[in-house]
Amino acid sequence: MLTIACPNCGERGVDEYRFGGELPTVPDSVTDPGERNVDYLWFFDNVAGPSTERWFHDGGCRRWFTVQRDTLSDRIIGDRIVNG
Amino acid sequence: MNEFVETILSLQWQDPKPTYDVVIVGGGGHGLSAAYHLAARHGITNVAVLEANYIGSGNSGRNTTIIRSNYGIPESVRFYQHSVDLYNQLETETGCWIMHATKGLMWLVHTETGMRAERARSLVNTACGTETVMISPEEAKALCPQLDLSGGGRYPVRGGSYHPGGATARHDRVVWAYAQGAMQRGVHVHQHTPVIDLLRDGDRVTGVMTPNGPISAGMVMSAVGGKVTQLAAMAGVRLPVRTHPLQAFVTNGYAQGLGPIVSSTELLTYVSQTARGQLLMGAEFEPQPTYSMQTSFQTLANVSSKVAYLLPFTRNLRVLRQWTGICDVSADFSPIMGGTGVDGFCITTGWGTWGFKAIPASGEQMAQYIATGDTPPLIAPFALSRFAADHPMADQGSTGTR
Repeated sequence: MLTIACPNCGERGVDEYRFGGELPTVPDSVTDPGERNVDYLWFFDNVAGPSTERWFHDGGCRRWFTVQRDTLSDRIIGDRIVNG
Repeated sequence: MNEFVETILSLQWQDPKPTYDVVIVGGGGHGLSAAYHLAARHGITNVAVLEANYIGSGNSGRNTTIIRSNYGIPESVRFYQHSVDLYNQLETETGCWIMHATKGLMWLVHTETGMRAERARSLVNTACGTETVMISPEEAKALCPQLDLSGGGRYPVRGGSYHPGGATARHDRVVWAYAQGAMQRGVHVHQHTPVIDLLRDGDRVTGVMTPNGPISAGMVMSAVGGKVTQLAAMAGVRLPVRTHPLQAFVTNGYAQGLGPIVSSTELLTYVSQTARGQLLMGAEFEPQPTYSMQTSFQTLANVSSKVAYLLPFTRNLRVLRQWTGICDVSADFSPIMGGTGVDGFCITTGWGTWGFKAIPASGEQMAQYIATGDTPPLIAPFALSRFAADHPMADQGSTGTR
């Protein structure tokens, strides 16, 4: 099972957490403001590899944080939280 | 394809040609169904289906084989009902036995909120030509005597909806039926041929690059499952798709006795009995996207405990196999079919955990789109452009996810 080190509570199983989605990014190639809004709302990078994403420690301290996860292996990359 | 399978099919493998009218990426049910319908309905046989592994090795070989049309919005009900109708006649049409069996599908409900949702579903279904009726707990028990209506004391059954058209079919045989039908009409199927890039002339897609060299095509269609985002990106197309893993498992063989497909909208599990007597169980997909196909003991424990509340006899069974598929889950939980805004590149994706039932209709409609150049009315609501037009086809409750 995927385990995530919460900055407050330490290493816990994924069933304690709620997935908050990848950080939305809009490619620079999309220039029209309306299209940028559509992209921001609906489209995903869905990265196969390192993905920067939000997680919520639902069954613990109930705080949001950002980590990097390798979506190919479903493992957290490194032991550092990108930001609290 | 293994040697045994080849003895029951007549598949003519060909060498790749440098150019085709249509190249379909993805040799699963959706890709082969589109190829079959292009050849059989429209006479377009200069078609190649490229499969990175062997045919049916992706989600076509990993699903729980349930065929149903009890969706929650009119456009979906009409589309899936058409697919159910095509499945009903598929054995006659292709001459292949796909082990299709209409069993009825029961969606059990444990809360008043759930009852309201099922009442709404049965009304929408009836209005759109699909039979779905409300049933009482006693009627559920009559349809499936093994049910524990108290739900193990924890999930009492308050009622449910019953969809008599619910069916199952052998997933591999569906893939093989379309592969054989397409190849007999001259379609080329190339296994172990991954697409590593798309050939482009300006914005237009003109073909695909494989490890064996380029193949040019008048139209490239993506019928890729979990890795669709990467393929679409090669054409410059962004998708509202995330790749989530879904696990399922089967128990050891058991005398035939579970009649209908039993599922629960609130426990998010579904159980059916396969032709050889194994009980096939599945649940919702994992919440975080990943391309990893690892299975987990947590899912096994979670699903089997829920199923044992409703069907206590399953406590005595053993789990034989467990597997994972990676699903292309769309943002509004409805499929995406048709053009992409890029010339020469069309797509059928967003099939998430609900793709198997749609194999005949998706292939038929995509073939019509490719042959005529016009989007058929049945799939027009499912165009990729619906997101920019702010018309998402939200129907999550009908997909067995939350």
